[in-house]
Amino acid sequence: MLLILLGVLIMHLIILILLIVSTAASTWSVGGDTSTDLWYSCMTSNGGYHCKPASSEDWIQAVQALMILSLLFCFFSLIAFVFQLFKLVKGGRFFFTAIFQILASVFVMCAAIIYTVMSPNDGATQFGYAYVLAWVAFPLTLISGLIYIVLRKKE
Amino acid sequence: MGRAGPMRGVWLGINQGTVCFLLLSCFEALCRVASSIPPLHFLSPPCTRTRSRVGLFLDRLLSGLRHPSFWELPAKPETMLTLLALASVVLLGIVPEQSQAIVIYTGWERHALLGSDIRLSCSFFSWRWTSEDVTFSWTYRPDGSRDSISIFHYTGGAAYVDNKGPFRDRVEFVGNPGRRDGSILIKNLDFNDNGTFTCDAKNPPDIVGRPSSVRLLVFEKVPIQAGVITGAIIGVVLGLLVLIVVIYYLMRFLVARRVFSLSVSKHGKKKKEGSQQRQIKV
Repeated sequence: MLLILLGVLIMHLIILILLIVSTAASTWSVGGDTSTDLWYSCMTSNGGYHCKPASSEDWIQAVQALMILSLLFCFFSLIAFVFQLFKLVKGGRFFFTAIFQILASVFVMCAAIIYTVMSPNDGATQFGYAYVLAWVAFPLTLISGLIYIVLRKKE
Repeated sequence: MGRAGPMRGVWLGINQGTVCFLLLSCFEALCRVASSIPPLHFLSPPCTRTRSRVGLFLDRLLSGLRHPSFWELPAKPETMLTLLALASVVLLGIVPEQSQAIVIYTGWERHALLGSDIRLSCSFFSWRWTSEDVTFSWTYRPDGSRDSISIFHYTGGAAYVDNKGPFRDRVEFVGNPGRRDGSILIKNLDFNDNGTFTCDAKNPPDIVGRPSSVRLLVFEKVPIQAGVITGAIIGVVLGLLVLIVVIYYLMRFLVARRVFSLSVSKHGKKKKEGSQQRQIKV
């Protein structure tokens, strides 16, 4: 039991770290020496690193909002998990934790889909590591949420 | 500094207020001291009759000064700090600096759609009353150019608008000089109207001041500011979350109360029936 608990907690922390890195790093699109989205558009010229704020189009703002929301919900689910661990009756299920975690996964999925569909299609720009991390975080969060639904508090 | 903020007026107001307060307190102190000298006893009734706030503050200060411990111990750090702060404020108030300059306020930047009208506001702050010879003048400097042309002038109670330049028949005076408002309305904007508009106001004899500029940007479609949609989405979702949690706990609380009140009414009914039966028996 303790082993399962520890494993679930470590998975939750890994998901949280993935979401933080994906939200904060401004490398959803890379191309040559430029990296854009989600917050800054930076260019590495011979002089150094020049950054300007990313374009404030509506879809980029929606992706920003959804990533931040998924991060917040993952954090709330962690707090709810620790809270329910001590307060739940025997045999009870971690419902709050599961709900928040599944909502977080839905938000990450929406953000990744919106970005995939709306990002400009140049031949030179590819998707960066922050985008890949967002797509990786989505199934992990979903699986974690489903585990919390199935998990029961024993003795 | 092309644009002076309203904080300057507030600061000037504070300085003048402090100077007035200090002058009043000096006068009151002098009055009391003078009334205590025997030949000038006739001064005491009018001096002590005024129980103003300044007078009460001075009484407390003087009673503190008369206490022997005030002169024995070194002054506490808090009192030293307050005295220092007061002294610095007094010094800043006494130094005249630019306390008589006129301060002009316009916006910083204005965004407008192509083909629409825009109102450029200009107002000023001056220590003198608004004179009849107050003048407003607006000049325009296109983006990327270093020359500015004059497009509007108000003087002697009449407004003169541009009738030869790029704004002919498009400028209208919508201000109120009596209320220190020198705003103009520019109609039917075009992309060539991008630039800096400078307002200069003079209120004789108060003529020393810096003109203030507002930058006009004409867009085909007004762009959404960064972060508006982000904030809106986050706010709505979090608000819904809080609402759902509140409703959930409210329902739980109400159901618990309904169950409680049901049991009380049942208990009450039983009691009434029991007392009725006893009455009938008797």
